[in-house]
Amino acid sequence: MTGRIFHQDRHELHGITVVLETHGPRTYVGRFDSQDERGVHMHDVGVYDASAGGATKAEFLRRCDKFGIRPVHRDLLVPSTEVARIERLVDALS
Amino acid sequence: MPYNPALVAPMREEMTHMGARELTTAPDVDAALGDQKGTMLVFVNSVCGCAAGNARPALRLALQHGVKPQQVVTVFAGQDVDATARARQYFSDYQPSSPSIALLRDGEVVHFVHRHQIEGRPPQAIAADLAAAFDRHFGAAV
Repeated sequence: MTGRIFHQDRHELHGITVVLETHGPRTYVGRFDSQDERGVHMHDVGVYDASAGGATKAEFLRRCDKFGIRPVHRDLLVPSTEVARIERLVDALS
Repeated sequence: MPYNPALVAPMREEMTHMGARELTTAPDVDAALGDQKGTMLVFVNSVCGCAAGNARPALRLALQHGVKPQQVVTVFAGQDVDATARARQYFSDYQPSSPSIALLRDGEVVHFVHRHQIEGRPPQAIAADLAAAFDRHFGAAV
């Protein structure tokens, strides 16, 4: 017993908090689970909507970094056709 | 649903071996964090190897630093559910994630490390950040 549970057969981003930009106004921040022909499966996902006004995306991401991600979706599938870019939250902040 | 206790036992032992005190019930948490004085680190443990598998060794390394919290306590997310929920009430400005680490001074959260700041990083890097936070918030000049 190693005291660790790893997910060795999963996508390299499995379990990592990512920023998923869509081709539309929405950006999702949450834990990447997997990716298949349907799209990207995520957990505990916060949403930034550029069309809603208010904070900029950079401000939203900085707030996620400081206070954590306020989940709007416990589980979310982002269709493949909507996915524009995925990067780690820590990379998006740097 | 909690994992088999036998599976998580090594993860609990890894914490207690480095000197952390386990808080397994809500009253345990209230006794430790209610009217908390001095400096304390609260480690929210997790079964996730992607992040907690590095966070625990990182904490062990950080606790070898000259400046460190007077008390180290831990709750286990997904295992000791009531204790974890109660602990999170003490740092409710921060969204829940696990593993995560809260540094408290006289009951105030002075620093918080979220899961996303742990995952994918080597223990040495996480430990260095923690040691810097110990210096900043628990150092003699504070």
